Amino acid sequence: MAVIALMVYELAMGSAPALAEYGLDFVVGTDWNAVEGRESFGVLPYLVGTLITAALAMAIGVPLSIGIAMFITDSPARIGRPLGFVVELLAAVPSVIYGLWGLYVFRGLFVEWVERPLHDALGADIWLFSAAPFGLDVLTASTVLAIMIVPTVSSVSREVMAAVPQQQREAAFMLGATRWEMFRLAIFPHSRTGLAGAAILGLGRAVGETMAVTMLIGNAKGASAIPSSLFSPSQTMSSIIANEFVEASPASLHLPALIGVGLVLLATAVSINIVAHLLVRRMRVPGGGA
Amino acid sequence: MDTARRRARYRALFRQNVPRRLAVDRVMRGVVLACVIVAIVPLGSILAEVIANGAQAISIEFLTAAPGAVGSGEGGVGPAIQGTLVIVGLTCLLGVPVGIMAGIYLAEYGRGRLAGAVRFFTDVFMEFPSIVMGIFAFFVVVLVLGHFSAWAGAFALSLIMFPIIARTTEESMRLVQHTYREAGMALGLKKWAVTVRIVMAAARGGLVTGILLSVSRVAGETAPLIMTILGSSQFFGGFGGPVDALPLRIWRLSLLPYDSAQLYGWGSALVLITMILVVNVCVRYALMGGRASPLGMLARRRAGARP
Repeated sequence: MAVIALMVYELAMGSAPALAEYGLDFVVGTDWNAVEGRESFGVLPYLVGTLITAALAMAIGVPLSIGIAMFITDSPARIGRPLGFVVELLAAVPSVIYGLWGLYVFRGLFVEWVERPLHDALGADIWLFSAAPFGLDVLTASTVLAIMIVPTVSSVSREVMAAVPQQQREAAFMLGATRWEMFRLAIFPHSRTGLAGAAILGLGRAVGETMAVTMLIGNAKGASAIPSSLFSPSQTMSSIIANEFVEASPASLHLPALIGVGLVLLATAVSINIVAHLLVRRMRVPGGGA
Repeated sequence: MDTARRRARYRALFRQNVPRRLAVDRVMRGVVLACVIVAIVPLGSILAEVIANGAQAISIEFLTAAPGAVGSGEGGVGPAIQGTLVIVGLTCLLGVPVGIMAGIYLAEYGRGRLAGAVRFFTDVFMEFPSIVMGIFAFFVVVLVLGHFSAWAGAFALSLIMFPIIARTTEESMRLVQHTYREAGMALGLKKWAVTVRIVMAAARGGLVTGILLSVSRVAGETAPLIMTILGSSQFFGGFGGPVDALPLRIWRLSLLPYDSAQLYGWGSALVLITMILVVNVCVRYALMGGRASPLGMLARRRAGARP
């Protein structure tokens, strides 16, 4: 805990010059210019980029994860166990390798089979699909991010579903419910809070994730980083830090500004996580493992 | 609420529309199965691509030489492999003792509000964005010492490692039966002796698992390394200077436009993923039999026999 306090303190001190210079504009400003003499830093575009990619990743990843959790809780241990193991292997793959795979393999396929057809069919009518797809954009980054949060969300939701008393399932079956109805009547109402917690835990992951996103999001800067469609490049808080940290000179306001971005990122991630842990903890059976 | 009447209503409800309900059930089962397949395909694809592309890059030179001129397609990633090993080693040196001690505190002494708070913050700490750890290490190590160094990288990574080890240690020590502790106490052992010689010995399998899992997590971290070890194309030249690491090298290579850089990126990815998956599969395989690993059971039997 001392380390956490020290960490917040250091980040606050480190970013103080930038915060003092721009005040509230630092959080709501949209300009980002590191050229000497014309410096101006605003985090808003990256905050928006982070929230949009994370939200999209959730929209794709969470239903997927809950589906997996349902399959695993519902199948015999002989199938469920190895399957759970395989899904958790997804968590072991380093994020930079997701980035590499996303960049060289997934991007090409995704543009050809998903983005271009969507753009051709709907681009003229719906602004969401209007920009010409290039592959380094919000949707690609979010989809890869969704795959990355699947292990976290699915293993927590599996645990939460397993905590539902066996009698509840049996009661549902006894009344004549089908399997799906059993999930709907017995498991979902009982585990709703925990599933929400699992999803938010995934959100926290997605917000903090750096490398894969940096490699896929197209790295726009300033106001243009607020995406105008699903196929336009953007930037997240963590990716701007990764991209510019080494080049930033500590003498100018560039470095303090980046550290300020880190502070905003930390605040976002921590508040999300605290909510998630409180929700999950409430659901967990006493003494039921990590 | 009148349970009996409700039950009767449900039962009546469940008798209607049977074919449609069965169809919905079947569709949902299909959807759920599709979810599983959708999640497994990327894993398969990642592994296949990394192995297929990486294998072309692997050679003795690739594994041992320093990188040649940018884009020349010569040299290798020797310094990165060496750097990863050095950094992970240093990280263990810093992170393992602290993590295990925190875990012991939580499992053996942790009662009441303070322990609850520590546990909660450890959980939250575990999910901190790793890049923030990097910035923090940049401040307290890089700026203080005045240069990028292996120490800074190891410091940042040990912050990521510490909560994982603390929690796994706590969980596995809690699994040790209380009667073991009581037996130790009955023999007149001090609390620390019971903790170290009986509980830790019995929980050894779990401790090792936690350490290995955190090692595999830490070895793949990239973000915090950017602002701490900086990267380098030379072999390890002391803990005080910049070093290279595999994940960092992969990222840098992916930014280059050359085919050879791409090939090298895949090669490095293969080396990295092999290291990590070997550790992971070993751990899971050891745990397959049930909650307790064979190692842990052996240790437990020994611990039980010792007093």
